[in-house]
Amino acid sequence: MKLGLVIDLDTCVGCNACAVACKQWNTSGTTGPLTDFEPYGKDPTGVWFNRIRNYEVGDYPNSKTVHFPMSCMHCDDAACVTVCPTGASYKREEDGIVLVDQDKCMGCNYCAWACPYGARELDREDGVMKKCTLCVDRIYDHNLPEEERKPACVMTCPSHARYFGDFDDPNSEVSIISRERNGEQLMPELGYEPVNKYLSPREKKNVDTYINETKSIKAVKDWVNRLVSR
Amino acid sequence: MHPALSVIFFTVTSGTGYGLFAITCLYNSISQTNPLGSEGILLSCGIALVLITFGLISSTFHLANPKNAWRAFSRIRTSWLAREGLLAVLFYPVAALYMVTIWKDLGGYNWLAIISIFAALWAITTIFSTGMIYACLKTIRQWHNALTPINYILLGAMLGGLIFLFIVSIYETVIAGLVVTITYLIIIAAISKIIYFFWIGAPAGPTINTATSFTRSMVRLLDVGHTAGTFLTDEFGYQVARVRLIALRWLVLLFAFAIPALVLWVGVTIMPISIVFIIAIISGFIGVMIERWLFFAEARHVVNLYHGTQQC
Ligand code: SF4
Ligand code: SF4
Repeated sequence: MKLGLVIDLDTCVGCNACAVACKQWNTSGTTGPLTDFEPYGKDPTGVWFNRIRNYEVGDYPNSKTVHFPMSCMHCDDAACVTVCPTGASYKREEDGIVLVDQDKCMGCNYCAWACPYGARELDREDGVMKKCTLCVDRIYDHNLPEEERKPACVMTCPSHARYFGDFDDPNSEVSIISRERNGEQLMPELGYEPVNKYLSPREKKNVDTYINETKSIKAVKDWVNRLVSR
Repeated sequence: MHPALSVIFFTVTSGTGYGLFAITCLYNSISQTNPLGSEGILLSCGIALVLITFGLISSTFHLANPKNAWRAFSRIRTSWLAREGLLAVLFYPVAALYMVTIWKDLGGYNWLAIISIFAALWAITTIFSTGMIYACLKTIRQWHNALTPINYILLGAMLGGLIFLFIVSIYETVIAGLVVTITYLIIIAAISKIIYFFWIGAPAGPTINTATSFTRSMVRLLDVGHTAGTFLTDEFGYQVARVRLIALRWLVLLFAFAIPALVLWVGVTIMPISIVFIIAIISGFIGVMIERWLFFAEARHVVNLYHGTQQC
C-alpha cells in the first residue's frame, strides 16, 4: 500500500479548515500535544502539520490566486528517514506512512534540514520532532464508521479539495483522479518521489476585466459624483 | 540557515583536533629523525584529543533532547551523522593505541608506520564525515557538493598544522620544510574556499515554479500562511544583507589564509618563531570561525521557496 493525499488546487478556497482540524486531531493524538508558545501573547507561534500559503499565478489580468495547502508528502524516497541517526524517523513498510518515534528522537533537526517541503517542526517544549502522521490513529480505527476512517484534513475540507487513498491501487479514487487530471509532484527534480499529488486549476474562460475609462467625460462624471456626495 | 554557535564551535574545534592528530601521525611516520621525541608527540596528540572532546561535547548542546543522544549511532548504514558519531567515538581507542605505541616505544618501525597511517586516515575520515553531514543534503545547494567535505578536511588540517608548528617549535628550531608544507596547505585551502565562494554564487536548482508545480507561469507569494515566526522560519529563514556577507568573505580570506600564510612566509625570518606561530594560530582560528558562520549563514534551504524566495 502507498497511502497519500491528492490536493485539488482548483477547489481549495484557502479556508484553513484542514490545518485547524489537523491541529485539533493531532494535538490529542499519538504525537500530541502540538505545543503553542505564547498563545495569547504578542507573537503566538506553535507546531502545525499543515500550512496553507497563497500564491498569485500568472500575470494580470490573467492571474489567479491559488491556495496551497502543504503537509508531509510521505515521500517514497524520503531523505528525512535516510539522514536520521537515531532511527526515530521511519517509513512504514506496509503503507508508506512516514512517522517519528518520539521515544527515540534526540531533536537534532537533521530530518527537518533534509525535508524540502517544510513538513517537520520541532516541538521546542518536548524537544522532539513532530510531523503529519496521515492520521494513522484515525484511518485504522475500527471504532470509527468506515467512511470516517480518513485523515482529519480530508474529513473536514468543506470544498472537497482533498482526497485520501492508496496510490498502489490503480482503481482507487486518488489514482484515477491524479491520472485524469495529471496530478503533479512538487520539486520532482530533488528525487524524493513525494506520494502526495497536486491538481492544477482547470482551464477556464477569462472573465472580462473592468478597464478604467480614461475619457474626459469620465473625469467630469467623477467630479460631479464627488461634488454630489459631499 | 540559522548559524548555531554550538555547531560552529564543534566543527571548527573537532576538525582542528583531527587535523592536528593526523599531521602529528603522518609527520612522525615519514620523518627519519624524530625531532619531537615521544614527549612532544604525546603532547601534540593530547592537545588534539582535548580539542576533539570539547568539540564533541559542544555538538550535543544543539540537541533538543540530548538524553536520546546515545541512540545516534544506530543508523550508520544510511546516516552520515551516525557515521560521524561512530567514527568520532571509536577514534579514542585508535588514538590510545597510537599514543601507547609511542609512549612505550612498542613494536618496530613498521608497526609504527602502520598504526600512524591508520590513525591519520581515521582522523581524516572523521572530518570527511562531518563534511558529508552537510554535503549529503539535496535541499541545500550551497552544501550539496564535493567542495564541502574537501573544505572541512583542508581547514581542519590547516589549523591543526599551525598548532603542530607551534608544538614543534618548542622542541626544535630548524623546521623550514614543515613551514613550507603548511604554507602550501594554507594556499590550497584558500584556493578551494575561493572556488567555493564563486561556485555558490550562481543560483541553480529548484525554483518557486517547480516548488508549486506551476512551471509555465509567473508565481508570486501573496501570503505565507502564518502570522508569526515558525520553527521553519527560525531555522531556515535566516537572512544577512548581501554586503555584509561579501565583507565577511574578505575577512575570512584575510584572517584564515592571508595573515597566517604571510606571517609564516616572512615572519619566521624576522620574529621569534613561537610568536609567529601564535599569531598564525589565533588569526587562522578567527578566520575559520567566521568561515564556518558564513557556511551556515549563506546556505539557502529550498523551503524558503514557500516563504517568498523565487529561487534558492
Ligand atoms: S515531505 Fe518531508 S517529512 Fe514528509 S516524507 Fe517527504 S521529506 Fe520526509
Ligand atoms: S530530530 Fe529526531 S527524527 Fe529528526 S533526524 Fe534527529 S533524531 Fe531523527
